[in-house]
Amino acid sequence: MHSLDHAHLSPCQFIPGLLQFINDVECNAAKLNPTAENLNREAMKPTKQKKPQQSKEKQTHLQNPHEPTNTIIKDLLWFSLISTFFKLLLIPAYHSTDFEVHRNWLALTHTLPLSQWYTDETSPWTLDYPPFFAYFEYLLSHFASLVDPTITDLYNGLNYKSPSVIIFQRLTVIASDSILIYSIYKLTKNLNSKKRFLIWISVISSPGLLIVDHIHFQYNGFLLGLLMASLGALQNGHDLTGGFIFAILLCFKHLFAVAGPVYFVYILRHYCRGGFLRGFSKLITMGVVVIAVFVTAYGPFACHGQIQDVLKRMFPFGRGLCHAYWAPNFWVFYILSDKLLAFVFTKLGFYIKTPTASFTGGLVGDSSPFAILPTVTPLVTFGVVLLAILPCVVKIWRNPDPKKIVRWVAYAYTCGFLFGWHVHEKASLHFLIPLAVVAVESIQDARHYFMLSIVSIYSLFPLLYEAQEYPVKVILLLLYVAIMWFGFSSTFSEKKDGGVVSGWIEKSYMVGFVVVEIWGQFLHPLILGDRFPFLPLMIISFYCALGMMYSWIWQLKSIIRSH
Amino acid sequence: MCKALYLMGFVLETNRFFSELHYCVILKEMEKSRVKKVKKEEVDNNSDWSWLMDKGISGPFICISLFSILVRVSVSMHPYSGAGDSPKYGDFEAQRHWMEITTNLPVNEWYHNSTSNDLAYWGLDYPPLTAYQSYVHGIFLRFFHPDSVSLYTSRGHESYTGKLLMRWTVLTSDVLIFFPAVLWFIIVYASQSKGYKSNLPWHVAMILLNPCLILIDHGHFQAYYFNFQNNAYNCISLGLTIGAVAALLCDKDLVASFFFTLALNHKQMSAYFAPAFFSYLLGKSLRCKNPVLEVVKLGIVVIGTFALIWWPYIHSKVAIFEVVSRLAPFERGIYEDYVANFWCTTSVLIKWKKLFTTQSLKLLSLTITLSSCLPSMFLQIKAPSKRGFLYGLLNSAFSFYFFSFQVHEKSILLPLLPASLLAVEEPFLFQWLTQFALFSIFPLLLRDKLLLPYIALYAIFILIHYGKPKPKPNTQKPNFFLSFLIVCLLLLSLVLHVIYLKVNPPKKYPFLFEAIIMLLCFSQFVFIAVYSNRKLWILSRTLLVEIEKKRI
Repeated sequence: MHSLDHAHLSPCQFIPGLLQFINDVECNAAKLNPTAENLNREAMKPTKQKKPQQSKEKQTHLQNPHEPTNTIIKDLLWFSLISTFFKLLLIPAYHSTDFEVHRNWLALTHTLPLSQWYTDETSPWTLDYPPFFAYFEYLLSHFASLVDPTITDLYNGLNYKSPSVIIFQRLTVIASDSILIYSIYKLTKNLNSKKRFLIWISVISSPGLLIVDHIHFQYNGFLLGLLMASLGALQNGHDLTGGFIFAILLCFKHLFAVAGPVYFVYILRHYCRGGFLRGFSKLITMGVVVIAVFVTAYGPFACHGQIQDVLKRMFPFGRGLCHAYWAPNFWVFYILSDKLLAFVFTKLGFYIKTPTASFTGGLVGDSSPFAILPTVTPLVTFGVVLLAILPCVVKIWRNPDPKKIVRWVAYAYTCGFLFGWHVHEKASLHFLIPLAVVAVESIQDARHYFMLSIVSIYSLFPLLYEAQEYPVKVILLLLYVAIMWFGFSSTFSEKKDGGVVSGWIEKSYMVGFVVVEIWGQFLHPLILGDRFPFLPLMIISFYCALGMMYSWIWQLKSIIRSH
Repeated sequence: MCKALYLMGFVLETNRFFSELHYCVILKEMEKSRVKKVKKEEVDNNSDWSWLMDKGISGPFICISLFSILVRVSVSMHPYSGAGDSPKYGDFEAQRHWMEITTNLPVNEWYHNSTSNDLAYWGLDYPPLTAYQSYVHGIFLRFFHPDSVSLYTSRGHESYTGKLLMRWTVLTSDVLIFFPAVLWFIIVYASQSKGYKSNLPWHVAMILLNPCLILIDHGHFQAYYFNFQNNAYNCISLGLTIGAVAALLCDKDLVASFFFTLALNHKQMSAYFAPAFFSYLLGKSLRCKNPVLEVVKLGIVVIGTFALIWWPYIHSKVAIFEVVSRLAPFERGIYEDYVANFWCTTSVLIKWKKLFTTQSLKLLSLTITLSSCLPSMFLQIKAPSKRGFLYGLLNSAFSFYFFSFQVHEKSILLPLLPASLLAVEEPFLFQWLTQFALFSIFPLLLRDKLLLPYIALYAIFILIHYGKPKPKPNTQKPNFFLSFLIVCLLLLSLVLHVIYLKVNPPKKYPFLFEAIIMLLCFSQFVFIAVYSNRKLWILSRTLLVEIEKKRI
């Protein structure tokens, strides 16, 4: 019923529609783009002129849940501008090697012909994202070379750290966030103002995104923006658009492919309905659209016969099950129980061969790092992830309800995070951000989201290890917790079934974070000194993994129980 | 040269013209908006901030203060003043040096020139409370990073940890003194004005996110090429002043005078507020049954506090004289650089420094300062009122800023404080003053490479100011001429920003743009000061009329 797409949409018909769609997106994005021009306009206007009008609208829409879009846009613009200017303040903060990675990609795409993008090895930070991201960097590199030609210099630009490159790259991240802002606008425009504000705060100014994108440096904001745009389209019944955007997203960053099964089954059951013939033709349409996207992305490289190189870069399986800092997922328990078993067996008098590879020492080679439990291979993790997604997929097969698509996709990313191979802790944002949109639906959702967001943001803390950023990350989390706490408790105040955190287990789990942090920061150096330097990180991983497992079980339960 | 002079004259002329026009028109507008506000206050219940308000005052206050701390921390990541600038480094070094001196020497040697305490190298030049504060912070630094405060060897110390620890001392003093004082003020203020509740979070944000204070305390950390008169840790003395104001608003006059004496003993600049405190308290005492007793009580508190703080020096005249002589460095002349005050602005036409000796200038500035305070003091003594007191603070701070000896750009923080306390009542005045105060310290901040936080904080301030919950639809059309004027002035300041950033000044007048900025800001400050004086007059007159009626 929701589908507004035409029944028989041939590719020829499709393309004008697509252009129209892109045009719309661009127009709206331009409107939302927080440019200097907008700012000036804001500053110039005497405040007195604007306010009355705004408040008038606000007064009227209090009774009416559907507010005039004008007000929403104004509010959103106001809020996103504040967060944008706050992001500007973070420019001189610490940035990780990812900064140099992206700078190198700018230089690489700018200097070299397309055929050498995926083969170049001038810098150790080779291009390992899918082609669209390379094109994106190529686009940015034109501006970069205008700003400062050294940025795009493949050799002289190595480890270039001048203010120009820092400001330029940070600004590109800030500007690319406008896609996220736009897609959030689309998702939240029918909600009431309180819920809308909560979602905006937890997405647009999410501490997770601030830490990862604006301090640590990456482009997750705009990739998640694409994901949210796709989810928004699916939610509104525009399946073709949703699938199209998701295909684009996959060509930007392949890690998002974990939700592929969910998307596939959903589109198969929801979009391709209405009898065999009609369904089949729709399937063909969707297939053509997706393949067209992939051809655009990979075609040029296929022409140069480089698909092998591209794939090799994108899937480096030699990297091992975990990072040096373990992402808080299922494998933390697996590794720890292996260590524990080894310890117990040694005590019991069995001979246990100590594994040559270590988990705390960074990269892991081919040899098995496990002493007792069987080795985990990429294939095994792949199987486990699929198995975990299976219940959700069955549910979708039975009843493809557009209202639940956000939860399903978030669940898929949760599974990918918990059981995947070589998962990075940043990947928890892939389900945290979508879940923010559904967090305001009920007090149970809010509770779950509240806990999950704390776990997820706290697990990002080790990314910023320098003293200068310490207060920033702590206060970001505290501020976020305070706003969510007050926001959720005022949203769900009518219901008398407990607060945002209920039950002593949850409460003590929350307090535990303070204990873990105090131990890692103060007590550990004081008591143990330099011994066991990996212990604080290990504790953080373990403690956050508990919360992540809980979140997974909660999501699984709620998906199975839903009708 | 002719061109430049002509330009200058032109700017002067237009400015005068503008300020006159502007004065008449904006006065009317402000008056109107105030009248309207009284009517509107009851309707105001729902706003963007309302959802934060369900748990009373604590919710918004916690969230907003956390956000302001976050902003302060982020600003402090930007470069600090005097970084890498040997041999005198900057005020950052001054602060560090004081910590070094206070933690290593006995109390009575702090202000005493000796081999171990070379006063020529960043000697202490603040009242003893600052020295005690340096001592406490010095102990904190010594605990975590002993190298940074060791005697002699730590001069010019600059390390990652040292810098961070210094930053965090500013942050903690902000959080421990300024924030609670603001909370207290807000609670008191909220209990005394009706229909204020929905404006409360906005007001908190306006006081805590004041861009000037954040940039100077957390970003600038002082530059060495200026006089010794100002310093970081402004938040301490300003916080103490806010505490005094809050105490005064809830009729705890003795507590108020205690806090104000503390503020005065932290930074002598707090004397900018002294006339207002003095006249209000005097006026109030005169209205009591036993005026002498009241005055004596206040006097005992003030003198007692002074004695307590000056205890180590009180025993000998020499020691007292040593400290006092450190506090008043008159040798530096009546003005320096380009401060938007009376002496500096008029020096474009009248060369004060050449016409008068320092001695006579001292006298002149003192007389003019005091006489410009007199009207508002007189009104406050005649008819003391709490609302009038806030305006009185603004007036006296402005008189000192305009006319006192040796004023620094950063002293604009002092008039800004009462203006921010009045933000709900006078949103336009506050916003206008903040914008031009920011502009007046722009050249200073630019030298410290603080352009980025300047832009960001400016924008955040304007946006939050714009987010003020507005109660009722304003049916009246805004005055076209007035808005045109405002836009013109803002455009002018924008253009000047760009010119200052991009255009090299003519070689003969290397400080041409600074002078123009100064003129523009001065004209706006004068306008605001005149407005607020007039406002106090209107207030007091209605009060006086009421008193007269009661008598009859």
